[in-house]
Amino acid sequence: MRKKVLVAKDLVKLYKVGTSEIRAVNGVSLEIDEGEFIAIVGKSGSGKSTLMHMIGLLDTPTSGQIILNGSDVSFLKDNELAKIRNREIGFVFQSFNLLPRTSSIDNVMLPLKYSNIDKSTWRQKAEDMLRLVELSDRKDNKSNELSGGQKQRVAIARALVTDPSIILADEPTGNLDSKTGVEIVELFKKLNKQGKTIIIVTHDDDLAKIAQRQIVIRDGKII
Amino acid sequence: MLIQIIQTAVVSLKSNKIRAFLTMLGVIIGVYSVVTLVALGRGVQNYIQDQFDAIGSNLLFVSPGKSDFAGDPASSLTRNRLAEKHINMIKRLNSPSISGVTPYIVTGDNVTYKTKSYYSTVVGVSDNALDIFNYALQEGRNFTSVEQNNSAKVAIIGPLVKKELFLSNSPIDKKIKLGEESYTVIGVFEEKGSNYDDQVIIPSSSAKDTFDIKNYSNIVIKTTSPDEVDLVAKEVQIELLKDLDEDEFSILNSQDILNSIQNILAILTAGLGAIAGISLFVGGIGIMNIMLVSVTERTREIGLRKALGATSVNVAIQFMLEAVTLSVFGGLIGLFLGYLTSLAVQSFVRAEITPIAIILAFLFSVVVGVIFGTYPAVQASKKDPIEALRYE
Repeated sequence: MRKKVLVAKDLVKLYKVGTSEIRAVNGVSLEIDEGEFIAIVGKSGSGKSTLMHMIGLLDTPTSGQIILNGSDVSFLKDNELAKIRNREIGFVFQSFNLLPRTSSIDNVMLPLKYSNIDKSTWRQKAEDMLRLVELSDRKDNKSNELSGGQKQRVAIARALVTDPSIILADEPTGNLDSKTGVEIVELFKKLNKQGKTIIIVTHDDDLAKIAQRQIVIRDGKII
Repeated sequence: MLIQIIQTAVVSLKSNKIRAFLTMLGVIIGVYSVVTLVALGRGVQNYIQDQFDAIGSNLLFVSPGKSDFAGDPASSLTRNRLAEKHINMIKRLNSPSISGVTPYIVTGDNVTYKTKSYYSTVVGVSDNALDIFNYALQEGRNFTSVEQNNSAKVAIIGPLVKKELFLSNSPIDKKIKLGEESYTVIGVFEEKGSNYDDQVIIPSSSAKDTFDIKNYSNIVIKTTSPDEVDLVAKEVQIELLKDLDEDEFSILNSQDILNSIQNILAILTAGLGAIAGISLFVGGIGIMNIMLVSVTERTREIGLRKALGATSVNVAIQFMLEAVTLSVFGGLIGLFLGYLTSLAVQSFVRAEITPIAIILAFLFSVVVGVIFGTYPAVQASKKDPIEALRYE
């Protein structure tokens, strides 16, 4: 039996808008095993982004429980969540979110600056990750000198550099043309083969098909 | 870790050089004006100290009226009764602590030699005044007590007077015109400082005649040592009270006068420095303003950093250090410009940037950075990573 990386039990997230309440996520339970490749699919407004924020520890649930690698992280304080995010979760965003005018290698090293990892290993780790995403020759280029696909690969290298338990990608191909999108998808497949747990959040059914398992969200619930 | 954050701060400031410079400008001007004004204030104090050092610190000045710097200056004009009689009273004390007494008449007049004319300070004293005031002669001789008693029309001129009227020629035995009378130049004294070098020294008796003056501007007493000054002041006070009312004269020593002037200058310098400090405050507001703009602009970056594991404290420190870096760089530039200015005016005033001024300027800029960086830093640290990442 494979180790469970993440277990979510009956997650609920309420938003107050004026006097009415919106249940963005309304009782979601899911389990994710180590090494799985999962797609969370849903239309905009379905609650998939809110679910992703909770799984990514960017937000805390109104009720329910999140267990990451066996420990309950549901209601930790912001600073504790930040430390766990740094160690356990690698984010990949639709719009890349690289630091402007900063070299690829410095972008990849950014999460290490907030970690306890020995500083002398930072550069080596970042270079290894850039090699993994086949961008060693672009390591000193500034982010504005890179193409969209290259930017996203730098972002993936950045997500990998602290060796997190989960790679959480939010519409990772949304800002790319279809050919570059395919390259990024292939990269995720390769990483998954190497044992990485990957969760892709998307509204794109084609992208979702590459995952081993799809979790479809509608109106805040899994269907 | 700190070096890391400072590097981050410098990189982010470098990415917007013109804005960073304009933001620093407030602090540059603030620190520059504080440093320069304080340095100039020191320079003027040094200058006055030099002037007093030139005449020595063992002098007592008996002045007419109650001239304690607080009273009405007009009172010293109306009540002047200082006369030869009082010189004699002081001499009759036969105090072993007194090494000399001279009347001191000071007025201004045009000194004329042939067609040339020069406005100078005319000083009427007795024949021992050169010793009392530490004048040295570069040429000629002092006047004698006989000449003093006879109101001889003889004059010792300052190097500046010599230069203006005689160029490089010897002025000895030449006739110059003072008031309506003709004086013979008998000596030239050595350079003593700009306040003295334009003087013409004549016997006090002659000054009385020529300028129709009845009373002395001062009576100056030299004591055998600076330590005797207070003792002699008391002796003289008691003696003069036999003839004069308490409010008809006052006795000051050169240290008192120096202290009074230095006090006024110190207050003036501090006041000017404080006014200049306002520009430092305005500079701080400029930093805060730009940092707030920067926080808003970089909302995404803040969100990203938080998502990747930065804590609120990490973010706050980063923005705080950016503000402090701006302010300290500005401070250092201002300090350097102030230093250049103090060098540039060196030929006029001995302006002085003290180590304390340097430390203060540095501390001030750090404090300005911290004070005006706190609010933006707190704003930055409060950003929610989700909101921040969504922000377009």
